[in-house]
Formats: sequence, structure tokens, C-alpha cells
Amino acid sequence: MSGVLVYSERESVALELATFASTLKRPVAVALVGQEAAAWAKNCFAHGAERAYVSTDPTLSELQADVLAEALAQITKQADADVILIGSTLRGREVAARLAQKLNAGCITDANGLRFEDGQLVATRYALGGNTIATLVIKSPVQVIAVMPQTIQATPTGDGGSAEIIEARLSLAPPPVKIVERRPKQAGSVNVESTKVLVCIGRGANEQSDLEMIQTLADTLGGVVGCTRPVSHDKHWLSEGQMIGISGKMSSPRLYIGIGLSGQIQHTVGIMGSKVTVAINSDKNAPIFKMADYGIVGDLYQVVPKLTGKLRLR
Amino acid sequence: MHIIVCMKQIVDLTKIRIKADTREPVLEGLPVRFGDFEKNALEEAVRIKEKQGDVKVTAVAVGSPKLKDTIKEALAIGADEAVILTDPLFEGSDEMGTARTLAKVLQKIGEYDLILLGEGSTDDHTGQVISRLAELLGLAQVTYVRELEVLEGNPLASPRGKRIRAVRDLEDALEVVEANLPAIVSVTAELNQPRLPPLTAILKAARKPTKTWGPNDIGVTTGEVGAGASMITMLSNLAPTQQRKQVMLEGDVDDAVNELLKALEREGVLAV
Repeated sequence: MSGVLVYSERESVALELATFASTLKRPVAVALVGQEAAAWAKNCFAHGAERAYVSTDPTLSELQADVLAEALAQITKQADADVILIGSTLRGREVAARLAQKLNAGCITDANGLRFEDGQLVATRYALGGNTIATLVIKSPVQVIAVMPQTIQATPTGDGGSAEIIEARLSLAPPPVKIVERRPKQAGSVNVESTKVLVCIGRGANEQSDLEMIQTLADTLGGVVGCTRPVSHDKHWLSEGQMIGISGKMSSPRLYIGIGLSGQIQHTVGIMGSKVTVAINSDKNAPIFKMADYGIVGDLYQVVPKLTGKLRLR
Repeated sequence: MHIIVCMKQIVDLTKIRIKADTREPVLEGLPVRFGDFEKNALEEAVRIKEKQGDVKVTAVAVGSPKLKDTIKEALAIGADEAVILTDPLFEGSDEMGTARTLAKVLQKIGEYDLILLGEGSTDDHTGQVISRLAELLGLAQVTYVRELEVLEGNPLASPRGKRIRAVRDLEDALEVVEANLPAIVSVTAELNQPRLPPLTAILKAARKPTKTWGPNDIGVTTGEVGAGASMITMLSNLAPTQQRKQVMLEGDVDDAVNELLKALEREGVLAV
């Protein structure tokens, strides 16, 4: 029986994918390539992987998509896999498609749901700019599915007793692209993805200094500030990492408050998983109210300070 | 230097209506336009041309016959010529079909230095075509580019005499990379602000050459592209359900805020 191969350049995502793969009742292998990944084997075994194909080939250390895809194509053959699950990070999505082309395989990227149903893998992903969710299956004999981080809950499944570490036999050409410099981004100054309370601001803010009022509200609620695309990408008032929605961040807070934003699907797709949603907007016909559990029709410059003030009195 | 910009014609996503009973999108009769990231790609090609002089920019697009009109925008922004593929045979292609079609177009064009695409299409944003096209053409791929520079190449290592230096925008880092041309590059919205072409450019665009190529011109058959060759089956494509209470608090601001706080307390979402 052909097996499942799992790869991500992030350990946490590899564990998520291994957890899902182990439910398919087929042999599960994980590809651990690059210097760091070799150390993940034990954890992967605890999450359902039975074999780890390990390579510390220095050609792979820069995680370049074309070299990675070639390495995974070779491991796919060694592992006799016909389903390859990859973490759909920016790098992962790129690797998945190049691998799929090498394997003459159909590919789904950015899957935000994956299940086994009627003998086939069924994936969901946003389509039409977030207006719809497409439910898809792959027809080709080999399938590559790139799954978004945190789609699956990583769960330890076994003791990994029969697990085996195998040295991957790879033959790789050096990458044609040269990495000159890596500039790490300032990590996690604002984590909009895992916050419990998310306060988002849109075009309704007149001045950059008005964001202080939004920040104060978020602070009072123990939350963080996110925004729509114009605020981060056109006005540059907030960092691009705070943009919520398509091509930005997805968030599932306990409480979402959208302020001075119309509620275009490109934004709201990023907050669909919120438990309770609140909208504050002066236009009572703004689409955001259709997405809101509670809506206040009013001027944000009046509503926000009052809301913050009353919250502080609690 | 020859720069090819691959562009996708999409429906205007802000005009999609959802059928209330079935949650299906209504796509018929919607206006079409080019995707956002493709405009960044084209803008960059035109800026390189303006800076370097001896550059030809060709826009390539596969899509419905409406492309005959849509492509004029690309020519007005500054493409020198266009190749469009509007044959129904290409319809319903998956990413592999699209990549195969583009690869054949590029092989027919023959001489090129730089291929630019958006980081993903604005509608489905799968981001697959760049990787698949790079694999088919055996080219270096540089994705998620937010800064791009064309430099003189090392004569020994650079077959087209030029190289690029690019800044890639990844989740955790910016990566500065260099590659010899020919190479294929995908760009993000941060790369530039696409221009709105002036009226004179729009008028001039009508006189620029647009070639329409069919399956025979590039040598593809039914088995390779189009819906029949697609490896993906779409079981459904429906608007997500969002059941929200939609309690509207209008009128006096103090009352509305008090009501909201009571409601949030009941929901149990205020505990820090």
C-alpha cells in the first residue's frame, strides 16, 4: 500500500500533518531535511509518523523551493508515497506546486480543511477572493495538498515503538538563486493570529494619531490591534503583519471589534472564526453589520472613547 | 531585454452576488479586469523599461474572448505588445494546464530574459503557476518579491548578460537574493503602486500589436489543457455561512454602549 509523506519547514506544522496522516491507516513517513529538522524525528513519531527520511545535505539548508521540491520528489519515490501533505506557509505553498509539477500531480494549496470521505481526501479552501469556500478533490494518482498551519490539532498518537530513521539518498544540484542576506522581521511585536481579543480599524480613522484611541480600547480589553488593507498597505499607519484577511492574517478571537471599516469580504474572511463579533460604523448599511453579532451605528470618535471609559469603570 | 508579464483576467470580485437559497455565487455577466498583483508585475516591467531603455515588454494572458478588450489596459499601462489566448479549449484549465499553456507560449516567443507574474491570482490565489512554469521551463524562481533591480550580469555565468537582485517577503524574514537571467519572478502588492494610464496612452494602446494564438499556434491538444485535463474536481463552491445575531444598537451613544457591554458580559467574552 502506498503511503503518505509529510513535510513542513516548521516542526509544529509537521506534527499537525503527521497527526492527520496517521488517521488514514496507511504508512506515514515524514521528510526531515536541513540541519535543524533531524532533531524533530522523535516528536514526529509520537504524532503518528512511522518513518523519518532525514537529510542534512547542506544544499537544503537555505530552504530554496526548487531544491526542496527535488529532494521531496526523490523522497516520495523512496518512501513509495502517493499523498504528500505540506504545510502551506509561503515557502511550503511554493514547494508544493513545484513538487506537484515534478510528480505530474494535481495540487491544492492553502487548504483550510481536510477530511477523508468516501475513500478520498477532500480539501476546502477559500476561492473567488474569499467570497466562497471551494470543496475540492484531486483526481491524479499522486496528490499534493498544502494545508494551512493550525488547520489540524497536533495530538500525540502513539509511542512510536516501530519507528525508523532512514537516511534519504539524495542527488541535488546547487540552487541557481543565491541568497545574499536574510533580514529577520521583528518577531511577534503584535500577534493578531492568536489573540483572544482583536480590535480592527479601517478607513474610518482620519489621522494616524487617532489609532491611539483604538490601541487604548484594545489594551483595556487585553487585546491587540489589527487593520484592513488600506491602513497598513496604503497609509502605512500599522505594520503589514497586522492586516487581517486575504493575503494577510487569519484570526479566530473570542471577541472581534471592527471599527470604521466597511466589511469587504477580503477583510472579513480573516475573522470568520471569531466567537463574538462587534461592528462600529456610522453607515448603517455597511456590510460589516451583516457579519456582526452586535452593531453600534455611530461615529467612532464618539463611540470608542465612551466604550473604553465604561470598560475601565467595570 | 525582453520582459514577459503573465496576466490573469478575473471577474470583478466586489460585484459577486450570492444566491440566498443555495449560497452559490452568481458569476454570469460580471465585468472582468486584470488581477491586482499582475498590475504590480506589469508596472514593474514598465519601470524597468523606462529606466533601462532597451527593453521590450510583452503581456501574455489566457482567458475568455473579453480579453480582446481587457488587454488594452495592459497596453495602455505600457506593454509594447500582447499575446492573448482565448480559444475555448483552454477554458477550465487547472494550474497545470495554465502552466503548460504559458510554457508553450514562452517557447514560441523564444527569446526572453525575465518573466513576471503576480504572487497569486486575485481570485483563487493558489500561487501554483509560477512554480509549475519554472519547473516546465527549467528556470530559477524567485517568489514574493517586494523590491526588484536588474543588474549587469557576470559574463561567464549569465547567459542573457543580466542578473536580478530581489527582496523576497517571507513570514519571518526578508530575503535578499540574486539570480542570473532568464528567471521567473512573482511579485507582491508592496512592490509598487501601479499607474493609472492617461487618456493619450489609452488611445495609443489601440495601435499596439495584439496577437491571438490558438492551440495549434503553440502546439497543445485537448488532453493537455482545459477542463478535460484538469486534475482537480470541484465538489462545491459556496459562500461560507456566518450566522450572526445582527443586533443593531442605534440612537443614543451612551445607551448603545451600555447595551453592548451588557451583551458582551452575557456572552462571557469580556473576562481578561
